[in-house]
Amino acid sequence: MDLMFLFFIFVLAAFLGFELIAKVPSQLHTPLMSGSNAISGITIVGALIAAGADDGSALTTILGTAAVALATINVVGGYLVTDRMLGMFKKKPTDSKEGPAQ
Amino acid sequence: MNAASLINLAYIVASILFIFGLKMLGRQSTARRGNLLSSLGMLLAVVVTLFDRQVISFQWITVGLVAGAAIGFACAKLIKMTSMPEMVALLNGCGGLASLLVGWAEYGKIRHGGWAAYLEHATGTPVFTTTVIFLAVLIGGLTFTGSLYAFGKLSGKLSGKPVLFAGQQIVNGALVLGLFAAGALYVIEHGDGAAGLNAFYAFLALALILGVTMVMPIGGGDMPVVISMLNSLSGLAACAAGFVITNNVLIVAGCLVGTSGVILTIIMCKAMNRSLANVLFSGFGADTGAKSGEGMTVEGELKPISAEDSFAVLEAARNVVIIPGYGMAVSQAQHVVRELAEALEHNGAEVRFAIHPVAGRMPGHMNVLLAEANVPYEQLAEMDAVNPQMPMMDVAIVIGANDVVNPAAARDQASPIYGMPIINAHEARTVICLKRGQGAGFSGIENHLFLAPNTRMLYGDAKASLSAVVSEFKAVAA
Repeated sequence: MDLMFLFFIFVLAAFLGFELIAKVPSQLHTPLMSGSNAISGITIVGALIAAGADDGSALTTILGTAAVALATINVVGGYLVTDRMLGMFKKKPTDSKEGPAQ
Repeated sequence: MNAASLINLAYIVASILFIFGLKMLGRQSTARRGNLLSSLGMLLAVVVTLFDRQVISFQWITVGLVAGAAIGFACAKLIKMTSMPEMVALLNGCGGLASLLVGWAEYGKIRHGGWAAYLEHATGTPVFTTTVIFLAVLIGGLTFTGSLYAFGKLSGKLSGKPVLFAGQQIVNGALVLGLFAAGALYVIEHGDGAAGLNAFYAFLALALILGVTMVMPIGGGDMPVVISMLNSLSGLAACAAGFVITNNVLIVAGCLVGTSGVILTIIMCKAMNRSLANVLFSGFGADTGAKSGEGMTVEGELKPISAEDSFAVLEAARNVVIIPGYGMAVSQAQHVVRELAEALEHNGAEVRFAIHPVAGRMPGHMNVLLAEANVPYEQLAEMDAVNPQMPMMDVAIVIGANDVVNPAAARDQASPIYGMPIINAHEARTVICLKRGQGAGFSGIENHLFLAPNTRMLYGDAKASLSAVVSEFKAVAA
Protein backbone atom coordinates (compact mmCIF):
# COMPACT_ATOMS: atom_id res chain seq x y z
CA MET A 1 0.00 0.00 0.00
CA ASP A 2 1.28 3.40 -0.91
CA LEU A 3 2.31 5.22 2.26
CA MET A 4 0.78 8.43 0.94
CA PHE A 5 -2.65 6.81 1.09
CA LEU A 6 -2.22 6.34 4.81
CA PHE A 7 -1.80 10.09 5.30
CA PHE A 8 -4.77 10.69 3.05
CA ILE A 9 -6.92 8.44 5.23
CA PHE A 10 -5.53 10.05 8.37
CA VAL A 11 -6.44 13.59 7.32
CA LEU A 12 -9.94 12.64 6.18
CA ALA A 13 -10.58 10.73 9.41
CA ALA A 14 -9.47 13.79 11.41
CA PHE A 15 -12.02 16.00 9.67
CA LEU A 16 -14.68 13.34 10.12
CA GLY A 17 -13.89 13.17 13.83
CA PHE A 18 -14.31 16.92 14.25
CA GLU A 19 -17.64 16.85 12.40
CA LEU A 20 -18.96 13.89 14.40
CA ILE A 21 -18.36 15.25 17.87
CA ALA A 22 -18.88 18.97 17.31
CA LYS A 23 -22.19 19.24 19.15
CA VAL A 24 -22.60 16.84 22.01
CA PRO A 25 -24.67 17.78 25.08
CA SER A 26 -22.48 18.12 28.15
CA GLN A 27 -24.26 15.36 30.03
CA LEU A 28 -22.96 12.86 27.50
CA HIS A 29 -19.36 14.00 27.84
CA THR A 30 -18.33 11.21 30.20
CA PRO A 31 -19.89 8.34 28.21
CA LEU A 32 -18.53 9.83 25.00
CA MET A 33 -15.10 9.97 26.53
CA SER A 34 -15.12 6.43 27.89
CA GLY A 35 -16.77 5.14 24.71
CA SER A 36 -14.14 6.71 22.50
CA ASN A 37 -11.51 5.53 24.96
CA ALA A 38 -12.72 1.98 24.30
CA ILE A 39 -12.34 2.59 20.56
CA SER A 40 -8.73 3.63 21.10
CA GLY A 41 -8.24 0.02 22.20
CA ILE A 42 -8.29 -0.76 18.45
CA THR A 43 -4.56 -1.02 18.91
CA ILE A 44 -5.50 -4.59 19.89
CA VAL A 45 -5.34 -5.38 16.17
CA GLY A 46 -1.66 -4.50 16.12
CA ALA A 47 -1.15 -6.37 19.37
CA LEU A 48 -2.72 -9.55 17.96
CA ILE A 49 -0.48 -9.41 14.91
CA ALA A 50 2.58 -8.97 17.14
CA ALA A 51 1.62 -11.72 19.58
CA GLY A 52 0.70 -14.21 16.86
CA ALA A 53 3.69 -13.55 14.61
CA ASP A 54 5.78 -16.38 16.06
CA ASP A 55 8.94 -15.24 14.30
CA GLY A 56 11.09 -17.05 16.82
CA SER A 57 11.83 -13.90 18.81
CA ALA A 58 10.81 -14.19 22.45
CA LEU A 59 10.84 -10.40 22.82
CA THR A 60 8.16 -9.89 20.16
CA THR A 61 5.96 -12.55 21.72
CA ILE A 62 6.30 -11.14 25.24
CA LEU A 63 5.64 -7.57 24.13
CA GLY A 64 2.79 -8.67 21.89
CA THR A 65 1.10 -10.75 24.59
CA ALA A 66 1.35 -7.90 27.10
CA ALA A 67 -0.07 -5.55 24.47
CA VAL A 68 -2.98 -7.92 23.79
CA ALA A 69 -3.80 -8.12 27.49
CA LEU A 70 -3.61 -4.34 28.01
CA ALA A 71 -5.59 -3.48 24.89
CA THR A 72 -8.23 -6.06 25.87
CA ILE A 73 -8.57 -4.45 29.31
CA ASN A 74 -9.03 -1.12 27.53
CA VAL A 75 -11.63 -2.50 25.12
CA VAL A 76 -13.66 -4.71 27.46
CA GLY A 77 -13.48 -2.35 30.43
CA GLY A 78 -14.19 0.70 28.28
CA TYR A 79 -17.28 -0.65 26.55
CA LEU A 80 -18.77 -2.24 29.66
CA VAL A 81 -18.28 0.82 31.83
CA THR A 82 -19.76 3.05 29.14
CA ASP A 83 -22.75 0.76 28.83
CA ARG A 84 -23.19 0.77 32.59
CA MET A 85 -23.16 4.56 32.67
CA LEU A 86 -25.55 4.94 29.77
CA GLY A 87 -27.89 2.42 31.39
CA MET A 88 -28.23 4.82 34.32
CA PHE A 89 -29.31 7.79 32.24
CA LYS A 90 -33.05 7.56 32.56
CA LYS A 91 -35.92 9.66 31.43
CA LYS A 92 -38.34 10.92 33.98
CA PRO A 93 -40.85 8.12 34.71
CA THR A 94 -44.18 8.96 33.07
CA ASP A 95 -46.22 8.64 36.25
CA SER A 96 -44.22 11.30 38.08
CA LYS A 97 -45.73 14.58 39.03
CA GLU A 98 -44.47 17.63 37.21
CA GLY A 99 -43.89 20.53 39.54
CA PRO A 100 -46.41 23.35 39.17
CA ALA A 101 -45.22 25.53 36.35
CA GLN A 102 -44.64 29.08 37.43
CA MET B 1 -10.70 -12.21 -3.87
CA ASN B 2 -7.92 -13.16 -1.50
CA ALA B 3 -7.92 -13.25 2.29
CA ALA B 4 -6.10 -9.94 2.66
CA SER B 5 -8.77 -8.10 0.67
CA LEU B 6 -11.55 -9.72 2.68
CA ILE B 7 -9.86 -8.68 5.90
CA ASN B 8 -9.55 -5.12 4.63
CA LEU B 9 -13.22 -5.10 3.64
CA ALA B 10 -14.10 -6.21 7.16
CA TYR B 11 -11.93 -3.37 8.52
CA ILE B 12 -13.94 -0.91 6.44
CA VAL B 13 -17.15 -2.29 7.94
CA ALA B 14 -15.61 -1.97 11.41
CA SER B 15 -14.66 1.65 10.69
CA ILE B 16 -18.22 2.40 9.60
CA LEU B 17 -19.53 0.85 12.82
CA PHE B 18 -17.15 3.06 14.84
CA ILE B 19 -18.28 6.17 12.98
CA PHE B 20 -21.98 5.43 13.47
CA GLY B 21 -21.31 4.40 17.04
CA LEU B 22 -19.60 7.69 17.83
CA LYS B 23 -22.32 9.67 16.11
CA MET B 24 -25.02 7.88 18.09
CA LEU B 25 -23.08 8.35 21.33
CA GLY B 26 -23.69 12.07 20.88
CA ARG B 27 -27.44 11.80 21.44
CA GLN B 28 -29.18 10.68 24.58
CA SER B 29 -31.80 8.52 22.87
CA THR B 30 -29.31 6.57 20.76
CA ALA B 31 -26.20 6.61 22.95
CA ARG B 32 -26.49 3.11 24.34
CA ARG B 33 -27.08 1.52 20.95
CA GLY B 34 -24.19 3.58 19.57
CA ASN B 35 -21.86 2.10 22.15
CA LEU B 36 -23.09 -1.40 21.29
CA LEU B 37 -22.55 -0.75 17.59
CA SER B 38 -19.01 0.43 18.17
CA SER B 39 -18.27 -2.63 20.32
CA LEU B 40 -19.51 -4.86 17.47
CA GLY B 41 -17.09 -3.04 15.18
CA MET B 42 -14.31 -3.86 17.61
CA LEU B 43 -15.34 -7.51 17.80
CA LEU B 44 -15.35 -7.74 14.01
CA ALA B 45 -11.91 -6.14 13.77
CA VAL B 46 -10.50 -8.57 16.34
CA VAL B 47 -12.03 -11.66 14.75
CA VAL B 48 -10.86 -10.96 11.21
CA THR B 49 -7.38 -10.06 12.44
CA LEU B 50 -7.08 -13.64 13.68
CA PHE B 51 -7.22 -14.71 10.02
CA ASP B 52 -4.35 -12.41 9.07
CA ARG B 53 -1.53 -14.38 7.43
CA GLN B 54 0.95 -12.90 9.90
CA VAL B 55 -0.94 -14.52 12.78
CA ILE B 56 0.25 -18.09 13.02
CA SER B 57 0.42 -18.89 16.71
CA PHE B 58 -2.63 -18.55 18.92
CA GLN B 59 -1.49 -19.71 22.32
CA TRP B 60 -0.16 -16.34 23.52
CA ILE B 61 -3.05 -14.47 21.94
CA THR B 62 -5.43 -16.61 23.97
CA VAL B 63 -3.49 -15.91 27.17
CA GLY B 64 -3.57 -12.16 26.55
CA LEU B 65 -7.23 -12.06 25.53
CA VAL B 66 -8.45 -14.14 28.47
CA ALA B 67 -6.39 -12.26 31.05
CA GLY B 68 -7.34 -8.85 29.63
CA ALA B 69 -11.02 -9.65 29.30
CA ALA B 70 -11.21 -10.97 32.87
CA ILE B 71 -9.49 -7.90 34.32
CA GLY B 72 -11.49 -5.47 32.17
CA PHE B 73 -14.75 -7.19 33.05
CA ALA B 74 -14.03 -7.19 36.77
CA CYS B 75 -12.99 -3.52 36.76
CA ALA B 76 -16.07 -2.40 34.85
CA LYS B 77 -18.46 -4.30 37.10
CA LEU B 78 -16.87 -3.52 40.45
CA ILE B 79 -15.98 0.14 40.04
CA LYS B 80 -18.05 2.66 41.97
CA MET B 81 -19.58 5.51 40.00
CA THR B 82 -17.79 8.03 42.19
CA SER B 83 -14.50 6.48 41.09
CA MET B 84 -15.28 6.86 37.41
CA PRO B 85 -12.66 9.55 36.67
CA GLU B 86 -9.77 7.39 37.88
CA MET B 87 -11.20 4.34 36.07
CA VAL B 88 -11.23 6.26 32.80
CA ALA B 89 -7.66 7.40 33.46
CA LEU B 90 -6.54 3.84 34.12
CA LEU B 91 -8.18 2.42 30.98
CA ASN B 92 -6.59 5.22 29.01
CA GLY B 93 -3.20 4.31 30.40
CA CYS B 94 -3.68 0.67 29.34
CA GLY B 95 -4.49 1.75 25.79
CA GLY B 96 -1.46 4.02 25.63
CA LEU B 97 0.90 1.35 26.91
CA ALA B 98 -0.55 -1.20 24.47
CA SER B 99 0.20 1.12 21.55
CA LEU B 100 3.72 1.66 22.87
CA LEU B 101 4.26 -2.10 23.07
CA VAL B 102 2.94 -2.61 19.54
CA GLY B 103 5.57 -0.15 18.28
CA TRP B 104 8.25 -1.83 20.37
CA ALA B 105 7.25 -5.31 19.15
CA GLU B 106 7.56 -4.19 15.51
CA TYR B 107 11.01 -2.85 16.29
CA GLY B 108 11.79 -6.20 17.92
CA LYS B 109 10.78 -7.98 14.69
CA ILE B 110 13.00 -5.68 12.65
CA ARG B 111 16.01 -6.27 14.88
CA HIS B 112 15.39 -10.01 15.02
CA GLY B 113 15.09 -10.65 11.30
CA GLY B 114 16.73 -7.60 9.74
CA TRP B 115 15.21 -5.01 7.43
CA ALA B 116 15.28 -7.16 4.29
CA ALA B 117 13.21 -9.91 5.84
CA TYR B 118 10.90 -7.40 7.54
CA LEU B 119 10.09 -5.48 4.38
CA GLU B 120 9.17 -8.70 2.58
CA HIS B 121 6.04 -8.89 4.72
CA ALA B 122 5.44 -5.29 5.70
CA THR B 123 4.97 -2.04 3.84
CA GLY B 124 7.27 0.83 4.62
CA THR B 125 10.77 2.15 4.32
CA PRO B 126 13.38 2.17 7.09
CA VAL B 127 12.98 5.95 7.58
CA PHE B 128 9.18 5.90 7.55
CA THR B 129 8.86 2.88 9.82
CA THR B 130 11.37 4.11 12.38
CA THR B 131 9.72 7.55 12.43
CA VAL B 132 6.29 6.13 13.18
CA ILE B 133 7.70 3.68 15.73
CA PHE B 134 9.23 6.71 17.45
CA LEU B 135 5.83 8.48 17.41
CA ALA B 136 3.94 5.43 18.70
CA VAL B 137 6.40 4.98 21.57
CA LEU B 138 6.47 8.71 22.33
CA ILE B 139 2.70 9.26 22.38
CA GLY B 140 1.95 5.87 23.93
CA GLY B 141 4.53 6.48 26.67
CA LEU B 142 3.23 9.97 27.45
CA THR B 143 -0.30 8.63 27.64
CA PHE B 144 0.69 5.73 29.87
CA THR B 145 2.59 7.52 32.62
CA GLY B 146 0.48 10.69 32.31
CA SER B 147 -2.66 8.62 32.86
CA LEU B 148 -1.11 6.73 35.76
CA TYR B 149 -0.13 9.99 37.44
CA ALA B 150 -3.61 11.40 36.82
CA PHE B 151 -5.04 8.18 38.28
CA GLY B 152 -2.91 8.74 41.38
CA LYS B 153 -4.16 12.30 41.74
CA LEU B 154 -7.81 11.40 41.13
CA SER B 155 -7.86 8.47 43.52
CA GLY B 156 -6.20 10.53 46.22
CA LYS B 157 -3.07 8.36 46.30
CA LEU B 158 -1.06 11.40 45.21
CA SER B 159 -1.71 14.98 46.21
CA GLY B 160 -4.19 16.72 43.96
CA LYS B 161 -2.25 19.94 44.34
CA PRO B 162 -0.07 21.08 41.49
CA VAL B 163 3.56 20.11 42.06
CA LEU B 164 5.90 22.87 41.01
CA PHE B 165 9.64 23.16 41.35
CA ALA B 166 12.15 25.73 40.24
CA GLY B 167 13.16 25.38 36.61
CA GLN B 168 10.29 23.00 35.82
CA GLN B 169 9.77 24.45 32.36
CA ILE B 170 13.50 24.13 31.68
CA VAL B 171 13.50 20.49 32.76
CA ASN B 172 10.48 19.76 30.56
CA GLY B 173 12.05 21.63 27.67
CA ALA B 174 15.26 19.63 28.07
CA LEU B 175 13.26 16.40 28.15
CA VAL B 176 11.51 17.30 24.90
CA LEU B 177 14.80 18.23 23.24
CA GLY B 178 16.40 14.99 24.42
CA LEU B 179 13.41 13.03 23.12
CA PHE B 180 13.61 14.46 19.65
CA ALA B 181 17.41 14.19 19.54
CA ALA B 182 17.19 10.49 20.44
CA GLY B 183 14.35 10.09 17.94
CA ALA B 184 16.38 11.72 15.17
CA LEU B 185 19.39 9.52 15.88
CA TYR B 186 17.13 6.47 15.89
CA VAL B 187 15.66 7.35 12.49
CA ILE B 188 19.08 8.19 10.98
CA GLU B 189 20.48 4.86 12.16
CA HIS B 190 17.32 3.08 10.93
CA GLY B 191 17.23 1.63 14.43
CA ASP B 192 20.23 -0.53 13.52
CA GLY B 193 23.29 -1.31 15.60
CA ALA B 194 24.02 -0.36 19.17
CA ALA B 195 23.45 3.35 18.49
CA GLY B 196 19.94 2.69 17.14
CA LEU B 197 19.03 0.44 20.06
CA ASN B 198 20.36 2.87 22.67
CA ALA B 199 18.53 5.76 21.03
CA PHE B 200 15.34 3.68 21.21
CA TYR B 201 15.76 3.00 24.93
CA ALA B 202 16.62 6.67 25.49
CA PHE B 203 13.43 8.08 23.99
CA LEU B 204 11.38 5.29 25.53
CA ALA B 205 12.60 6.32 28.99
CA LEU B 206 12.31 10.05 28.29
CA ALA B 207 8.72 9.70 27.03
CA LEU B 208 7.75 7.85 30.21
CA ILE B 209 9.36 10.56 32.37
CA LEU B 210 7.80 13.39 30.37
CA GLY B 211 4.32 11.90 30.90
CA VAL B 212 4.77 12.36 34.65
CA THR B 213 6.35 15.80 34.57
CA MET B 214 3.65 16.97 32.16
CA VAL B 215 0.75 16.13 34.49
CA MET B 216 2.57 17.01 37.72
CA PRO B 217 2.02 20.80 37.67
CA ILE B 218 -1.70 20.52 36.83
CA GLY B 219 -4.11 21.01 39.71
CA GLY B 220 -7.07 18.85 40.68
CA GLY B 221 -9.67 21.27 39.37
CA ASP B 222 -8.11 21.21 35.92
CA MET B 223 -8.48 17.44 35.71
CA PRO B 224 -11.37 17.55 33.20
CA VAL B 225 -8.94 19.08 30.71
CA VAL B 226 -6.17 16.59 31.49
CA ILE B 227 -8.45 13.57 31.23
CA SER B 228 -9.86 14.58 27.88
CA MET B 229 -6.38 15.45 26.61
CA LEU B 230 -4.99 12.06 27.65
CA ASN B 231 -7.98 10.43 25.98
CA SER B 232 -7.10 12.24 22.79
CA LEU B 233 -3.46 11.16 23.09
CA SER B 234 -4.41 7.48 23.53
CA GLY B 235 -6.27 7.71 20.21
CA LEU B 236 -3.29 9.32 18.51
CA ALA B 237 -1.01 6.62 19.95
CA ALA B 238 -3.22 3.95 18.35
CA CYS B 239 -3.11 5.97 15.16
CA ALA B 240 0.70 6.03 15.21
CA ALA B 241 0.72 2.28 15.84
CA GLY B 242 -1.53 2.02 12.78
CA PHE B 243 1.10 3.76 10.69
CA VAL B 244 3.74 1.34 12.02
CA ILE B 245 1.86 -1.73 10.86
CA THR B 246 0.24 0.20 7.95
CA ASN B 247 -3.23 -0.73 9.04
CA ASN B 248 -6.18 1.44 8.00
CA VAL B 249 -8.59 0.56 10.76
CA LEU B 250 -6.10 1.63 13.43
CA ILE B 251 -5.49 4.91 11.65
CA VAL B 252 -9.18 5.70 11.20
CA ALA B 253 -10.34 4.64 14.68
CA GLY B 254 -7.34 6.19 16.43
CA CYS B 255 -7.78 9.42 14.54
CA LEU B 256 -11.50 9.61 15.38
CA VAL B 257 -10.70 9.22 19.07
CA GLY B 258 -7.86 11.70 18.81
CA THR B 259 -10.00 14.43 17.29
CA SER B 260 -13.00 13.82 19.52
CA GLY B 261 -10.65 14.13 22.49
CA VAL B 262 -9.30 17.40 21.11
CA ILE B 263 -12.84 18.77 20.83
CA LEU B 264 -13.66 17.81 24.41
CA THR B 265 -10.41 19.39 25.57
CA ILE B 266 -11.30 22.63 23.79
CA ILE B 267 -14.81 22.61 25.30
CA MET B 268 -13.32 22.17 28.77
CA CYS B 269 -10.81 24.97 28.26
CA LYS B 270 -13.51 27.30 26.97
CA ALA B 271 -15.64 26.51 30.01
CA MET B 272 -12.82 27.90 32.12
CA ASN B 273 -11.98 30.70 29.71
CA ARG B 274 -8.38 29.57 29.61
CA SER B 275 -6.07 28.36 26.90
CA LEU B 276 -4.73 24.82 26.86
CA ALA B 277 -1.21 26.20 27.32
CA ASN B 278 -2.36 28.04 30.43
CA VAL B 279 -3.87 24.87 31.89
CA LEU B 280 -0.79 22.79 31.10
CA PHE B 281 1.93 25.15 32.18
CA SER B 282 0.61 27.65 34.69
CA GLY B 283 0.45 25.44 37.79
CA PHE B 284 -2.88 27.11 38.43
CA GLY B 285 -3.79 27.30 42.10
CA ALA B 286 -0.31 26.54 43.39
CA ASP B 287 0.46 30.12 44.31
CA THR B 288 -2.26 30.49 46.92
CA GLY B 289 -1.94 33.43 49.22
CA ALA B 290 0.42 35.31 46.97
CA LYS B 291 -2.43 36.92 45.15
CA SER B 292 -4.94 37.22 47.95
CA GLY B 293 -3.80 40.69 48.88
CA GLU B 294 -4.13 42.10 45.39
CA GLY B 295 -7.69 40.99 44.71
CA MET B 296 -10.80 43.01 45.27
CA THR B 297 -11.78 42.83 48.92
CA VAL B 298 -15.36 42.04 49.62
CA GLU B 299 -17.21 43.29 52.64
CA GLY B 300 -19.29 40.76 54.46
CA GLU B 301 -19.09 37.81 56.73
CA LEU B 302 -19.83 34.13 56.59
CA LYS B 303 -23.32 33.57 57.98
CA PRO B 304 -23.85 30.00 59.13
CA ILE B 305 -27.26 28.34 58.98
CA SER B 306 -28.52 25.20 60.68
CA ALA B 307 -30.23 22.29 58.97
CA GLU B 308 -33.53 23.24 60.67
CA ASP B 309 -33.38 26.79 59.36
CA SER B 310 -32.40 25.52 55.91
CA PHE B 311 -35.52 23.40 55.98
CA ALA B 312 -37.64 26.42 56.87
CA VAL B 313 -36.22 28.37 53.92
CA LEU B 314 -36.66 25.45 51.53
CA GLU B 315 -40.17 24.64 52.66
CA ALA B 316 -41.31 28.08 51.58
CA ALA B 317 -39.48 27.93 48.25
CA ARG B 318 -41.32 27.38 44.97
CA ASN B 319 -38.35 27.44 42.62
CA VAL B 320 -35.15 25.70 43.66
CA VAL B 321 -31.95 25.17 41.76
CA ILE B 322 -29.32 22.70 42.95
CA ILE B 323 -25.72 23.33 41.90
CA PRO B 324 -23.49 20.32 42.54
CA GLY B 325 -19.70 20.32 42.52
CA TYR B 326 -16.80 18.03 43.32
CA GLY B 327 -17.77 18.13 47.01
CA MET B 328 -20.88 16.11 46.18
CA ALA B 329 -18.69 13.40 44.66
CA VAL B 330 -16.32 13.41 47.63
CA SER B 331 -19.07 12.91 50.20
CA GLN B 332 -21.01 10.60 47.82
CA ALA B 333 -24.07 12.71 48.48
CA GLN B 334 -25.79 12.15 45.11
CA HIS B 335 -28.49 9.81 46.48
CA VAL B 336 -29.48 12.07 49.34
CA VAL B 337 -29.46 15.01 46.90
CA ARG B 338 -32.06 13.17 44.85
CA GLU B 339 -34.09 12.51 48.02
CA LEU B 340 -34.00 16.21 48.78
CA ALA B 341 -35.13 17.06 45.25
CA GLU B 342 -38.03 14.63 45.59
CA ALA B 343 -39.01 16.04 48.96
CA LEU B 344 -38.99 19.55 47.50
CA GLU B 345 -41.10 18.47 44.53
CA HIS B 346 -43.49 16.74 46.85
CA ASN B 347 -43.76 20.04 48.66
CA GLY B 348 -44.81 21.72 45.40
CA ALA B 349 -41.53 23.27 44.38
CA GLU B 350 -39.98 23.06 40.96
CA VAL B 351 -36.47 21.66 41.16
CA ARG B 352 -33.72 21.67 38.60
CA PHE B 353 -30.03 20.94 38.63
CA ALA B 354 -27.57 23.38 37.15
CA ILE B 355 -24.40 21.70 35.91
CA HIS B 356 -21.26 23.64 35.12
CA PRO B 357 -19.23 22.07 32.29
CA VAL B 358 -16.12 21.71 34.47
CA ALA B 359 -17.81 20.78 37.76
CA GLY B 360 -16.04 17.73 39.14
CA ARG B 361 -12.95 15.95 37.90
CA MET B 362 -13.87 14.86 34.38
CA PRO B 363 -16.17 16.11 31.64
CA GLY B 364 -19.77 15.33 32.60
CA HIS B 365 -18.80 14.02 36.05
CA MET B 366 -21.87 15.44 37.85
CA ASN B 367 -24.26 14.11 35.22
CA VAL B 368 -23.01 10.57 35.76
CA LEU B 369 -23.35 10.77 39.54
CA LEU B 370 -26.86 12.21 39.40
CA ALA B 371 -27.86 9.62 36.83
CA GLU B 372 -26.62 6.93 39.20
CA ALA B 373 -28.94 8.40 41.83
CA ASN B 374 -31.86 8.14 39.37
CA VAL B 375 -32.24 11.85 38.76
CA PRO B 376 -34.01 12.04 35.38
CA TYR B 377 -31.78 13.78 32.85
CA GLU B 378 -34.49 16.25 31.82
CA GLN B 379 -34.03 17.81 35.22
CA LEU B 380 -30.37 18.60 34.54
CA ALA B 381 -29.80 21.96 32.92
CA GLU B 382 -26.67 23.41 31.39
CA MET B 383 -25.21 26.64 32.66
CA ASP B 384 -26.41 28.80 29.78
CA ALA B 385 -29.98 27.57 30.13
CA VAL B 386 -30.16 28.20 33.86
CA ASN B 387 -28.45 31.57 34.19
CA PRO B 388 -31.25 33.69 32.66
CA GLN B 389 -33.75 32.12 35.08
CA MET B 390 -31.58 32.60 38.13
CA PRO B 391 -33.25 35.82 39.40
CA MET B 392 -36.55 33.89 39.55
CA MET B 393 -35.09 31.26 41.83
CA ASP B 394 -36.15 31.34 45.46
CA VAL B 395 -33.27 29.21 46.65
CA ALA B 396 -30.02 28.07 45.10
CA ILE B 397 -28.40 25.13 46.91
CA VAL B 398 -24.67 24.93 46.23
CA ILE B 399 -23.33 21.48 47.12
CA GLY B 400 -19.55 21.37 47.29
CA ALA B 401 -19.07 23.68 44.31
CA ASN B 402 -16.76 26.63 44.63
CA ASP B 403 -15.04 28.32 41.71
CA VAL B 404 -17.86 27.60 39.28
CA VAL B 405 -20.19 29.82 41.33
CA ASN B 406 -17.69 32.49 42.38
CA PRO B 407 -18.89 35.92 41.21
CA ALA B 408 -15.30 37.16 41.40
CA ALA B 409 -14.91 35.52 37.98
CA ALA B 410 -17.19 38.22 36.60
CA ARG B 411 -16.25 41.20 38.77
CA ASP B 412 -12.71 41.04 39.99
CA GLN B 413 -10.10 41.57 37.31
CA ALA B 414 -7.32 40.62 39.72
CA SER B 415 -8.87 37.22 40.41
CA PRO B 416 -7.07 34.26 38.81
CA ILE B 417 -10.40 32.96 37.55
CA TYR B 418 -11.47 36.32 36.08
CA GLY B 419 -13.38 35.75 32.84
CA MET B 420 -14.45 32.19 33.59
CA PRO B 421 -18.17 31.71 32.89
CA ILE B 422 -19.99 30.83 36.12
CA ILE B 423 -23.43 29.78 37.26
CA ASN B 424 -24.93 32.98 38.68
CA ALA B 425 -26.04 31.45 41.97
CA HIS B 426 -25.68 34.84 43.68
CA GLU B 427 -28.69 36.14 41.72
CA ALA B 428 -31.06 33.75 43.46
CA ARG B 429 -33.06 35.17 46.34
CA THR B 430 -31.39 32.98 48.92
CA VAL B 431 -28.26 30.89 48.50
CA ILE B 432 -27.48 27.95 50.76
CA CYS B 433 -23.89 26.78 50.41
CA LEU B 434 -22.93 23.37 51.73
CA LYS B 435 -19.28 23.29 52.63
CA ARG B 436 -17.15 21.05 54.75
CA GLY B 437 -15.11 23.77 56.45
CA GLN B 438 -14.24 27.41 56.21
CA GLY B 439 -11.14 27.02 53.98
CA ALA B 440 -10.89 28.19 50.40
CA GLY B 441 -11.59 25.87 47.45
CA PHE B 442 -8.98 23.89 45.54
CA SER B 443 -7.73 27.02 43.83
CA GLY B 444 -7.37 28.84 47.13
CA ILE B 445 -9.40 31.76 45.86
CA GLU B 446 -11.71 33.54 48.22
CA ASN B 447 -15.30 33.00 47.11
CA HIS B 448 -17.30 36.22 47.03
CA LEU B 449 -20.51 34.22 46.93
CA PHE B 450 -19.97 32.94 50.47
CA LEU B 451 -19.78 36.52 51.77
CA ALA B 452 -22.83 37.82 49.89
CA PRO B 453 -25.68 39.17 52.03
CA ASN B 454 -28.16 36.59 50.68
CA THR B 455 -25.86 33.60 51.30
CA ARG B 456 -26.07 31.21 54.23
CA MET B 457 -23.41 28.62 54.94
CA LEU B 458 -24.45 25.10 55.93
CA TYR B 459 -21.23 23.64 57.31
CA GLY B 460 -20.45 19.96 57.60
CA ASP B 461 -20.31 16.86 55.46
CA ALA B 462 -22.71 17.40 52.54
CA LYS B 463 -24.31 13.98 52.91
CA ALA B 464 -24.95 14.41 56.65
CA SER B 465 -26.25 17.98 56.28
CA LEU B 466 -28.63 17.04 53.49
CA SER B 467 -29.86 13.97 55.35
CA ALA B 468 -30.76 16.23 58.26
CA VAL B 469 -32.76 18.54 55.95
CA VAL B 470 -34.49 15.60 54.26
CA SER B 471 -35.49 14.11 57.60
CA GLU B 472 -37.10 17.43 58.53
CA PHE B 473 -39.19 17.18 55.36
CA LYS B 474 -40.10 13.60 56.22
CA ALA B 475 -41.07 14.55 59.76
CA VAL B 476 -43.52 17.13 58.40
CA ALA B 477 -44.94 14.75 55.80
CA ALA B 478 -45.52 12.03 58.37
